[in-house]
Amino acid sequence: MFKKILIANRGEIAVRVIRACHEMGIAAIAVYSDVDRAALHVRKAEEAYAIGASAAAGSYLNIQKILDVARKSGAEAIHPGYGFLSENARFAQACADAGVKFIGPTAAAMEAMGSKTRARQAMERVGVPLVPGTSRGLDSVEQAEEVAEHIGYPVMLKAAAGGGGKGMRLVYARDQLRSALEAARSEAERSFGDGEVYIEKAIVNPRHIEMQVLADEHGNTIYLGERECSLQRRHQKVLEEAPSPVVDPEMRRRIGEVAVRVAQAANYTNAGTVEFLVDQQKNFYFLEMNTRLQVEHPVTELVTGLDLVHLQIRIAAGEKLPLQQEDVQIRGHAMECRIYAEDPDNNYFPSPGKITLLLAASGPGIRRDSGMYEGWNVPMDYDPLLEKLIGYGGDREQVIARLTRALNEYFVGGIKTNISLFRRILADADFRAARLDTGFLDRMLTRKVEVAQDESEAPHVAAIAAGIFAALGNSASSVGERANGGSAAQDVTTSHWKDASRREGIA
Amino acid sequence: MVYDVTIDGRSYRLELERADGRWSCRLDGRDVEVDAVLARPDLLSLRIGNQAYEIKSEHIGNDWHLWVGSGRFLCEVRDPRALRNRIRAADDRGPKKLTAPMPGKVVRVLVREGDTIEAGGGVLVVEAMKMQNEIKSPKKGTVRKMLATEGIAVNAGDVLAIVE
Repeated sequence: MFKKILIANRGEIAVRVIRACHEMGIAAIAVYSDVDRAALHVRKAEEAYAIGASAAAGSYLNIQKILDVARKSGAEAIHPGYGFLSENARFAQACADAGVKFIGPTAAAMEAMGSKTRARQAMERVGVPLVPGTSRGLDSVEQAEEVAEHIGYPVMLKAAAGGGGKGMRLVYARDQLRSALEAARSEAERSFGDGEVYIEKAIVNPRHIEMQVLADEHGNTIYLGERECSLQRRHQKVLEEAPSPVVDPEMRRRIGEVAVRVAQAANYTNAGTVEFLVDQQKNFYFLEMNTRLQVEHPVTELVTGLDLVHLQIRIAAGEKLPLQQEDVQIRGHAMECRIYAEDPDNNYFPSPGKITLLLAASGPGIRRDSGMYEGWNVPMDYDPLLEKLIGYGGDREQVIARLTRALNEYFVGGIKTNISLFRRILADADFRAARLDTGFLDRMLTRKVEVAQDESEAPHVAAIAAGIFAALGNSASSVGERANGGSAAQDVTTSHWKDASRREGIA
Repeated sequence: MVYDVTIDGRSYRLELERADGRWSCRLDGRDVEVDAVLARPDLLSLRIGNQAYEIKSEHIGNDWHLWVGSGRFLCEVRDPRALRNRIRAADDRGPKKLTAPMPGKVVRVLVREGDTIEAGGGVLVVEAMKMQNEIKSPKKGTVRKMLATEGIAVNAGDVLAIVE
């Protein structure tokens, strides 16, 4: 087993991996950018190395700097987390060339899956169900029109190198096709340096369901059950759960077997996720394979009792999978809320800044995978995910009750967060009835929040509390401290903003 | 001490005295039995009669919020004797400044000086933390000044445009 692992990431996922290392008696090596010196992952690691500019391109995306740290620290393996370099085949290859084990699939497997069109071609060959469309990039508008006519509108244009909703356009009619294709191409070119765009039939109100797979380096591949990820905003997942309320054991077996076939077709090793669209008749279609540990992996851990990061490390160390397909049992239900530093009252605008008060939720069935702490300044340079609040229970109803309770205990002061969004989702009648599809959140958010006629005593309570805070003066508030400590840090973040890169998390 | 307290725009007159760690309190002339313990800065355990509340305090920008349970209230406290602290409420007439809600980069300018604009019409797009966000006009009127250009970095509170 490895003695030292370098974690080429930041935030909650870096902390998550560090914890797994510590549980396995492995020393964890952190890397950090200029703005992240005080970040939680640096505090938790055995060793920490500065790798440069706050903009991700100068630090967390810099292959050379990260490999230099691996060499200097004597790390035998690198865990890439998600985002940043996690799905970068060049990085996986560079690790292999440098004699450092990359904890993930090989560069070749990543390349096979990294391009959506190439993955489609490979999947077609092994008989994996695909959404009707092209498996190659479009050459011209005329070709796009022809294909769209053939498969029928609405159609979806997608970037071959895409992810996170970038380079995607939904087209309802022929006259929108030309401008949508141009927009998708230029967005794909800007975001991924690759303007290849292909076309698929748009499935109306689909569910987004994904299957976790694990493969060792001895030819064994198993599936660990599905996750329902239909709750999305702007193609970004917001809340995920396992198991999916619509998947029964028979359907799970069928999707799982297809997912294993997908992984084997790419000679896939380590943890991966095969994403499917599921239509209203419960037909499922291969969407893409994510060649990394997913943000939402904890819900699978809770319902299977397995630790995916432990297993990733053991697989990378050359061990055989310690279990077989029939040993995998799904028990209970789990749900994850992605807590972001963003303002639900202002169009989910990002909200960096200092966390002045943090009251963490805890109690039965609650797990927090967090990268924040009270007093920390949330930088503006990266994805605004602060924490994943994960609930577990015997069934879906119990999870919803536990998470609702936990969200009411939970408080993050000083910055805006989307905690209130989860209160709304969990109270929503359609959500509780598990009537989910990828359009669910957009529809929910266009409905007005019914403002409860405030006959309650809460404003009076607030008035009294306001007076008491005023009477107690400075000792009652962290605001004095904020004015001093906060402003210097703010200057640092604003000057680094100029260099900020949009590439983080997409590469 | 007498305080003039505003909660979400509604005013209250609050009389508060503390002696030997006990509070006496009158809200709008009505006696209220109050017991308060500061658990830590920004966190007050409050009892009104036997009802218990956990009150969280936070300052974001120039706003002071108190949270009662999961309800958020915008607060202002003034000592009526200190009239200089009074802030006149802004009304809807006259020029309106559009400010950056947070630090970011202007990626698109959607209108030009002299353009007429509807209330809620897009004025420019600011990007931060991978997210693009449209800044909308707060009123119907004319774009008097456009101070932002595409590509510039802005700080929270920077004036980007003026609509009149």
